[in-house]
Amino acid sequence: MGAGRPLLVITAGCSGIMFAEFLQYLFSGMTIGATYALVGLGFAIIYNASHVINFAQGEFVMIGGMATVFLIHIGLPLPVAILGAVALAVVTGLALEKLAVEPARNADVVTLIIITIGASIFLRGLAQVLWGKEFFALPAFSGNDPIHLGGATLLPQSLWVLGITLAIVVALAWFFKYTLIGKAILATACNADAAKMMGINTQFILFISFGLSALLGAVAGIIVAPITLTSYDVGIMLGLKGFVAAVLGGLGSAVGAIVGGLLLGIIEAMAAGYISSDYKDAVPFVIILLILFFLPSGLFGARGTERV
Amino acid sequence: MLAKLTHPRIGGLLILSLIIALLPLALPNNYYYDVAIKIGINAIVVVGLNLLIGYAGQISLGHGGFFGLGAYTSGILTAVYGWPPLLALLTGVAVVGVLSFIVARPILRLTGHYLAMATLGLGIIISIVISNEDWLTGGPDGMYVEPFTLLGWELYGEKPWYWVIGALLVISVWMAMNIVDSPAGRALRAVHGSEVAAQVVGVDTTGYKVLLFVVSAVFASVMGSLFAHYSGFITPAQAGFFHSIELVTMVVLGGMASTYGALVGAVLLTVLPQLLSGFEDFEMVIFGLILMLTLIFMPKGLVPTLTHKLKDWRGGRS
Repeated sequence: MGAGRPLLVITAGCSGIMFAEFLQYLFSGMTIGATYALVGLGFAIIYNASHVINFAQGEFVMIGGMATVFLIHIGLPLPVAILGAVALAVVTGLALEKLAVEPARNADVVTLIIITIGASIFLRGLAQVLWGKEFFALPAFSGNDPIHLGGATLLPQSLWVLGITLAIVVALAWFFKYTLIGKAILATACNADAAKMMGINTQFILFISFGLSALLGAVAGIIVAPITLTSYDVGIMLGLKGFVAAVLGGLGSAVGAIVGGLLLGIIEAMAAGYISSDYKDAVPFVIILLILFFLPSGLFGARGTERV
Repeated sequence: MLAKLTHPRIGGLLILSLIIALLPLALPNNYYYDVAIKIGINAIVVVGLNLLIGYAGQISLGHGGFFGLGAYTSGILTAVYGWPPLLALLTGVAVVGVLSFIVARPILRLTGHYLAMATLGLGIIISIVISNEDWLTGGPDGMYVEPFTLLGWELYGEKPWYWVIGALLVISVWMAMNIVDSPAGRALRAVHGSEVAAQVVGVDTTGYKVLLFVVSAVFASVMGSLFAHYSGFITPAQAGFFHSIELVTMVVLGGMASTYGALVGAVLLTVLPQLLSGFEDFEMVIFGLILMLTLIFMPKGLVPTLTHKLKDWRGGRS
């Protein structure tokens, strides 16, 4: 067994590189996963308030990134541009609810879903007219010097993404637990009819939900734009993957959407690294089909009987 | 006799056949024939999809994928492997039928819009595979497809295709109406009304929903195959997400659970992009706006809303 020792050394060296590679995929997966989580959270909030799957969610992501680029272009400093872009997305979200969803509130859920699809085509078209079809880069919030960690490199922007996502999750948890509107949103999600009887204006809750979802989407679009670039049609894939994140965690579950988003990002990065980058975009959809087959309520969905 | 003619099913089919037979008088050249053929192809897919959306209350966001799968199965088997077109078409039907059954069976047991998610995923996977496997499919650049031949007879040119698609449209509308009026169709209307109540009286709701899903997917696959032969050139866009959305939109815009509504939806959404292409950059904005406004003001879709209005007006007069 004389050959055993050097072999062991080689494998140890190899596993060091392999670990660094793994860590690298983990970092990039968590970064992109955090944005899926925020988008997924937006889907969950609107779904809870109305059972509508808002396909315009991806457009809030696009508005966030593109409006920030545009506002910097006209000379505003980054923080002001970010605030302006978030405000624009929130106003768009509120307007969408007020002008398109609320007038059709008695319609079939299917019809409402198609209305949000119409809205997403409209907003994407508007962005294309206003801002063109090119790809745009947003400057990183604090430089591009990579941080070395365990043989892998981490962009400072990744820390911004993870930090801001964490801050938003904590703020949302506080909002739902301690504010009157937050509690009313939870009550509506739990049982809309009962909430209505207790005097909660569920239409207003849906209005607020659209604003909140737009805010989450816009933030996701802004923080990820320095890493992935942004363009008028960036909302299609990001929106769809956020939807997958929401279903992965059990549609309507906030914790589920966050864990689902992170998991999705990590699996996607691993699959792109270890299997095939050509099929990177297919990975979330393969996962969701498997989940629907084997864990139909998602990872965190409630398992229970349906009441009539 | 007159009673039979005014029966909505037979009367409607007669009117449809009449329109198809007389339309060529108003079609000045091959461009208009081409638009009419595309309307017909979309209409047949949508008549199938309407069964699923209107009667099983489920949305599919992946019918573009089934359309594309049919198109590419036909394209590849005839061009690369030299199969006869009809055999290639039937192979496409078998592939799509089995695939849609495998996907639908577990997912349609669930309540809620999970079929939308699953079909969305399936459609996107299909279009990514078609784009990536360029050694077989030509990748994003698309591929050429041979003309349709049957027993040595070649189907070529706009006018023969017009009559073939027209005949198929009448047949598929007749089939859809039969399905709607069959015991399965009645059971499905119960599903759309109250699923739990239907289950309680012993309706196998999942089984019927799966049946409709498979039927609608097969409609899409057949039309995908025929479209491939007709146009002679296919791209991954035929299998893409936007195509799936267009198809669902045709159903909802025209009117869910109304076969003629689906036809109207197919006509409008096939003609609209042709009209809007002059607006170039504003095409998407206007398309999205029309879609939203129609559904905000006519949430039940064009045909049900207008027939309702017509009945009201007649009722008010008498």
